[in-house]
Amino acid sequence: MLDQPLYPDPLTVAGEWHADGRGVAIATVIETWGSAPRPVGSHLVIDSEGNFHGSVSGGCVEGAVIVEAAEVITSGTARILEFGVADATAWRVGLSCGGRIRIYVERLG
Amino acid sequence: MLVGHLQRLNAARGARLATVTITELDTGTTRLFHEGEPHDPSVAQSIESALRTGKSGIVEIGGQAAFVNVYLPPPRIVVIGAVHISQALAIMADIAGFDLSIIDPRSAFATQERFGQTKLVAEWPEDALRHTPLDAYTALVAVTHDPKIDDFPLAQALEAGCFYVGALGSRKTHARRVERLMKLGVDENRIAHIHAPIGLDIRASNPAEIAVAILADIILTLRTRDVTAGRGTKE
Repeated sequence: MLDQPLYPDPLTVAGEWHADGRGVAIATVIETWGSAPRPVGSHLVIDSEGNFHGSVSGGCVEGAVIVEAAEVITSGTARILEFGVADATAWRVGLSCGGRIRIYVERLG
Repeated sequence: MLVGHLQRLNAARGARLATVTITELDTGTTRLFHEGEPHDPSVAQSIESALRTGKSGIVEIGGQAAFVNVYLPPPRIVVIGAVHISQALAIMADIAGFDLSIIDPRSAFATQERFGQTKLVAEWPEDALRHTPLDAYTALVAVTHDPKIDDFPLAQALEAGCFYVGALGSRKTHARRVERLMKLGVDENRIAHIHAPIGLDIRASNPAEIAVAILADIILTLRTRDVTAGRGTKE
């Protein structure tokens, strides 16, 4: 059909990026409260250039996760991020749906 | 996560093998477990619960918080008929995360040239379903219009408790199909589970729109089915 899938699977893409020699981070929703856009277990994968596939929200917090992922790729140290309307940066990266989510960001490799 | 773990996880997902990862949130150490393997007693209960419910979440293991992520194989769609509707449905089902395959004994229809990377079986359903039987996690979509090809897999799907059984054709065509299936000895209450005319009524008027209607019908049935009945079907 096509050389590249129309709708790539995030974990498959992460494996391909790593095989290409790129630094890769995997972000995973580990906990949700209230109305969260993506269920626990959802993945967003990010490479060292800031390319990404998948999602951990409805597009509300991905930008912030990508910034953190760059640091995780450099340092190799995993971190847990939390987003919600009560967050100090809510005006910028909060969840407009009113839910709260925790995201685990780790380096692949 | 180690690259080796990701490779094993992706291989298992490709092979439809249910898999669980457990990540210690303090240390970042991840372990990976497959369905059907004997498991370390300290985590066996968390693994079994995740496999049974399909729910991921945080658990306590040895006094430490750990994240359990479960990867279950996606539901299957078996299409009888390598027709124009199936070409559109194959692409849409892939995007929606279903594992779709097509059975059609007419080798002029079931060609890789028409279907790209879609799994095709150019055999009679009687033979094809012998090596890959239907089950409660499978939707059966019969779209050949030909009773010689459609009737057997429809009866099999009702017998196997497929969560969705749909057949293309008008109400008149379906009335004749019901008569034939009853002659084959299929129970009338089971026959009533067939979605016919197939698909949600969205006034679909071409093959791609019919594929949208079929896929929406399958999703609605999947998400509203009675999982306690043990038979996959809603009623």
